[in-house]
Amino acid sequence: MATQVFALIPHSAGKVDDAALELLSAARAMFPEAAPTALVLGSGPSLADMALEVAASFGEVWSFNQEALAYPNAELIRPLLVKVLPAGALVLLPHSTLGIDLGPGLSVKLGAAYLPDVVGFDGLNGNQLKVVRQEFAGQVSAHVQADLSNGAVITVRSGAFPPALTGSGGGQVVDKSGAAAGLTARRRFLAVVQAEAGDVDITREEVLVAVGRGIGEQDNLALVDDLAKAMGATVCCSRPIVDAKWLDKGRQVGTSGQTVKPKVYLALGISGAFQHLGGLKGNPFVVAINKNPKAPIFQAAQVGVVADLLELLPELTAQLEKSR
Amino acid sequence: MDILVCVKRVPDSAENEISVAAGGADISREDLVYAVNEWDNYAVEEAIQIVEREGGSVTVVALGEADIEESVRREMAMGAEQGLMLVDDRFAGSDGLGVATILQAAVLKGSYDLILTGAQADDGAAQVGGMLAALLDWPFASLVNRIEVTGKTLRIGREIEGGSQELNEIETPCVLSIQTGINEPRYVGLRGIRKVASVEIPVLDSAALGLDAARVGPAAAKVRRVDYFVPVAGVGAEMLTGSTKELATQLVELLKLKGGIN
Repeated sequence: MATQVFALIPHSAGKVDDAALELLSAARAMFPEAAPTALVLGSGPSLADMALEVAASFGEVWSFNQEALAYPNAELIRPLLVKVLPAGALVLLPHSTLGIDLGPGLSVKLGAAYLPDVVGFDGLNGNQLKVVRQEFAGQVSAHVQADLSNGAVITVRSGAFPPALTGSGGGQVVDKSGAAAGLTARRRFLAVVQAEAGDVDITREEVLVAVGRGIGEQDNLALVDDLAKAMGATVCCSRPIVDAKWLDKGRQVGTSGQTVKPKVYLALGISGAFQHLGGLKGNPFVVAINKNPKAPIFQAAQVGVVADLLELLPELTAQLEKSR
Repeated sequence: MDILVCVKRVPDSAENEISVAAGGADISREDLVYAVNEWDNYAVEEAIQIVEREGGSVTVVALGEADIEESVRREMAMGAEQGLMLVDDRFAGSDGLGVATILQAAVLKGSYDLILTGAQADDGAAQVGGMLAALLDWPFASLVNRIEVTGKTLRIGREIEGGSQELNEIETPCVLSIQTGINEPRYVGLRGIRKVASVEIPVLDSAALGLDAARVGPAAAKVRRVDYFVPVAGVGAEMLTGSTKELATQLVELLKLKGGIN
């Protein structure tokens, strides 16, 4: 395929994100004959270093160094990419909060197919690309086929493709900063407000009892507190518990919350969406209790129990207290 | 501020075990509990709260078959005075761009300052809001978890990685996709639903929308689902079985063994 493949390189605080090499890996899996071009957008002296670092792995690097790109505002990046990308370009983005912001509109403006949150590759046949996605919070997977004849924008889930080894690129850096001059948008970035620190630091705890939507009602949280107390563990949670304002944001595990590295993780009524599992690192021993035997958490756990939390938790707490 | 909120009727994945139907053409639809997509409830609530503060109107729009009426009425019962249903056999099989194209036609039929969608729905694509904005050539922001109206512009917060919030200023008219947790969606009781039971909801097809049906549906789709499947399971969890008491005993032993008791 003669079409050019591009990857938008994610970076923050002057450092290239690990996801850059996952995008390279995804590009190689899907389009093995292409030498992907890295798009490095930003501002300041660190950008040149990052472009050089990326050049070690990609066939070519297009560098866009402009003050306006100091923070990645999708509303500025989109018209820039529409201007510089060739017809039929295949563009890979991370399925991050930037990718979600940028990708759908970019596909429309390029007239390209949009494949969001891709977790696997299942074949390329002429202009037809087949990928794997997940639906219904990860309960089922789907093969999805896209017509690439006018290009595609593809967002890649973090962790779905193993990072490529560095050093196989040896590409040159092309300075395209001029193309990014004079960008304006009807949305202006103001500031980032860091998440508030909570009353506990769950990132340092070795034993965590995590509670999710399956607990049902706020009053039932007492059962979780009792169990955590009996274990000498700390309570954390998945997103729906924070959305319901039952626990502080500081206790949320996941990509939009904290990243934890416990030794033991007891997941109660947590379905195991990838956004939640994205915050669970360090290969802990995971025990999952859920009433839904199809819950994806059972794929991430070492030990699983299909049970009603309201019955099992009091019994478990009682036995733990007795055994101490 | 006149606000249009796009909602989707979906199988409630918190209430259902979703499984693949024989052959993989669809999921098993028997005995599924349907609900309004969770993110969309937050979008409707946010629209209602903005109008309560700033004045204006809230219209709820859904696309699908006749059964979307229940969903539209449920959302109207939260406090949206107008509903709109987009129903046409030729809409079925549209991809994300097709859905956005249909919604664009509905937007252009009315006069709105702000369009809200849920950040994502049952297929996890998180695409329709951004596509709709691009088609309208309006500014867009995704994963919005705060909205403050300041004249013709909005100050908005976006949820970004690590739970931080990215503050932006955005001009209206614009499209925002709403993240859960932005507010606490109000409870809808039977009385509320009865109150809107007789409100007339316009139903528009492609002709009424002035939409060329060739732009939507399966023939126009660049992206299509080939099939559903259950991935070959990895090792997965060792599943414990037994009575509640036996399960608890096994768990206590395991937790002790693995250092789960501090």
